[in-house]
This record gives sequence, structure tokens and C-alpha cells, in this order.
Amino acid sequence: MGATAGESSAQEEMLEVSVWHGTENGEFRHYRVPRRDSQTVLDVVTYIQRHLDPSLSYRFACRVGMCGSCAMTVNGVARWTCRSHVDQVIRDGRLEIAPLAHLPVVRDLVTDMRPFFDKWAQAKGRFQGGTTRNDPVARVPPDTPERRAVDAAIECIGCGVCYASCDVVGWRPEYLGPAALNRAWTLVNDVRDVSRLEHLKAVASEGGCLSCHTHTSCSERCPKKIAPTAGISGLKRACARAALRGEL
Amino acid sequence: MSAARRDTLLWLAQRWSAAVLALCLLVHLAGIIYAVRGGLTAAEILGRTRGNAPFALFYGLFVVAISIHAPLGLRAILTEWTLWRGRSQDLALAALAVLLLGLGLRAVWAVVQ
Amino acid sequence: MSAMVSPAYRARHHPAYWAFLVHRLSGLALTLFLPLHFLVLGQALQGEAALDGLLRWTDNLPLKVAETLLVIAAAAHLTGGLRLLLLEGLAWRGPRKDLAALAAGVSLAVALLFALAVLS
Repeated sequence: MGATAGESSAQEEMLEVSVWHGTENGEFRHYRVPRRDSQTVLDVVTYIQRHLDPSLSYRFACRVGMCGSCAMTVNGVARWTCRSHVDQVIRDGRLEIAPLAHLPVVRDLVTDMRPFFDKWAQAKGRFQGGTTRNDPVARVPPDTPERRAVDAAIECIGCGVCYASCDVVGWRPEYLGPAALNRAWTLVNDVRDVSRLEHLKAVASEGGCLSCHTHTSCSERCPKKIAPTAGISGLKRACARAALRGEL
Repeated sequence: MSAARRDTLLWLAQRWSAAVLALCLLVHLAGIIYAVRGGLTAAEILGRTRGNAPFALFYGLFVVAISIHAPLGLRAILTEWTLWRGRSQDLALAALAVLLLGLGLRAVWAVVQ
Repeated sequence: MSAMVSPAYRARHHPAYWAFLVHRLSGLALTLFLPLHFLVLGQALQGEAALDGLLRWTDNLPLKVAETLLVIAAAAHLTGGLRLLLLEGLAWRGPRKDLAALAAGVSLAVALLFALAVLS
């Protein structure tokens, strides 16, 4: 089956684009898309949907690198498509666009993010405070080690790129994954949280921080430059100390 | 024992045995590089090891650490790269630990006695 | 109809990932080798001549190459393991790709030393 081609002027360069269609069982469909200056992969997907194949399903929202909704697998690597210039990612004039890995495929480029957020809950990625609105506001100096650890990890927006990039997620279905563990780390270091031990218990398992093998693919790929590996190492140490003290 | 405590203690056992092995292996590698120069005969080996109590203790410790470390490492590989999980995997790995301990201590005895 | 090819394989092209792969594969090789190693040494129970017979049997180039590869595996697993103990045991200072490179270099150096010693 030939590629579906977009309109182009005589000498215009065309991109060869393969886009996943269907669910986990599906196929790549091929398109030829006019190349433009400063074109992003999201621009390419949008062009295909508007001009070549209205049935194509995909997600995006802000399109300026803030929300993380447009994360997809581009030429084998998980990235935000709105922040991926075609020039950066193209290989031999070709683009291959697929949904994020390790998640059920709803349709085409859209994944079901529920397992990702379910694991967040399993990792007890939820703050538990010990004060009320009648108590004074907590004071957490920014230069304490705990606060610095939290600051380095708190900007996660749950885009799923780290989860899609982690091989252990692919190898162990029960593995909580870098984002959930990273969030747990911010809470373990949150001096206002009163359930520190519960946080540790939730991640002290082979499905939790203990199975991280320090590939650091998560930290390599995170668009917010967070290093989940750092937090997971910290969780390992905290769990070890708690186990030796008989707290787990 | 809670699952969290058990998993964490297994993880710790892996790291502690690793630290012991790091020292043992360093010494062992230095030893074999020294020993293999100009060829290696049984007489040379046994001349150094027979009746050597410190040698026996050192290599005995080496064997115990390996018997803990190797099965735990293999466990991760089997769980992540094959479909083998559960009780049968645990038993097989325990058997491996016993095998390494048995053969290893036998080897130490063989060269020290 | 084609099922999706695992896309993450291209995301694995970075040094910390190679360090992991070397560490895991070297560990596997050593685990498979060790029972043999113990059995060979255990031959001393049959006396010096029995052990010597086996050592003679390994006195050829292919086996010396195999031994050198095992030494690389042991050295790589050792140095890579030390890097991991640092990454996990101490406060995070990045993925320490410098240590991964150092580990690779030291392993090769050790293997070279062994090869020179065993072929002398």
C-alpha cells in the first residue's frame, strides 16, 4: 500500500512518516508529509490528522511543553512530540511514531494511563498531614537536605515518559515504575508528612524500589530533567535502614 | 516477617555479599595473575594451599558469600528475562545455593587437606 | 497485521545501560562457570596427579582465551558492582558514567595482565 501524500509544491521536501494504527494488534500506516522549518513531531501528527487521515487518534493539550499530554514513542524513544523538532529526531528522512510503551493502547497513539496512575496510588504517592487549617503554616527552610531532595523531584507532571523508557517496567508487570517511586521519595522527604513509615512500606518490595537496576533510562529521558534514579536510590537506603531497625 | 522486611533483607544480603566478594575477588584476581606466570602446575598450587589455615578461612568465606550472591542475582535474571516465577523458582535457587556451597567448600578442602 | 516492535530498544543506547548489561551478563557467565571451577579444584581429592592432568588439559590457546574472557567477566562484574554499591549506598551524585568508563578500563587492564601472565 502506497503512502498517503500531502499537498506539496514542486521542490518541497517530504517526510516519510509511519504512524501506528489500531490497538496492541495493529499496523504502521505510511504517510508523506511536507517538511517545514521548525516543524515539531506534533505538527506532523496534526497535519496527518487534518489533511490525510481524519481517523487518527492522538492526545495533546498545551503544545508548548508544559502539560506532557503529547508524549509518544518517536523513532524508538519516548518523548514529548511538541518539544521534538523533526530535525532533532529524524533518521534517514523517516519518522516512526507509536504510542508510549508499557501501557495499554486505547487506539492509535492514545494510551490508557490508568495503570500508570494506579501504581502511583499503590506507591502511596499521597500526602498525609498532621495539622489542621487552624494550625500555623508549616515552615520548611529551602536549604535543608530534605527540602533540596524534594525540590529536585517535585516538578513531575505525570507524563509517563520515564515509565515508557524503563525496561524493568517492561520486565516486571508489578514494578511501580520511576514516576510513582519518585513521588514516594518526595513524600518520604516531606517533613510535614506524618506517614513516613507507610510510604516506605509501600515501596520496600521487589515490585518497588528494590528492583531498580540503575539503568537510568528514566533520568536520561525525563523532559523535566528529574532523576528518578536518585530518589529510588534514596528510597533503597531508607528502606534498608528501616528494615534493620525492625520498623518494616 | 512482613513481605517488605523480607524483600529488603534479601536486597541487603545481596549488597553485603557483594561488598565481601569485592574484597575477596580483588585478592583472588591478584593472586591468580601472580600464580599463573610461567605456567601453573598442581604442585605449585598445592604447595601454597596445603595446610594453609588462613587460606582456608579466606576461601571459605569467599564460597559462603558466592552461595548467597549468585542465586540472588540469578533470581532477578530469571524473574525479569524468563517466565519462571514462584515456589519452584525459589526451590531451584535454594538448590543452587546448596550446590555452590557444597562444591565450593569441597574444593577448598580438596586443596587444603 | 503486525504487532508492535518493542520501541524502547533505541532508548537503551546510553552508557549506564551498557554498564547494566555488562554487569548482568558477566554475573550470569560467572555463575555458570563456578560449579566447573569448583569441580576442577575438587579433583585434588584424587591426588596431585589428577589435578595436574586437568591443568595440562587446559594448556592450549582456546582455553587460555576462554580463561581471559572469564577474567574480564570477573573484573567487569567487580568494578561495575563497586560502582553500583556507590550509587546505591551514597548520596546521589549523578549516574557516574565516569565510573562506568573507569570500570571498563580497569577490567580490560586486568584481563590484559592476566593474558600476559598466563601466556608467559
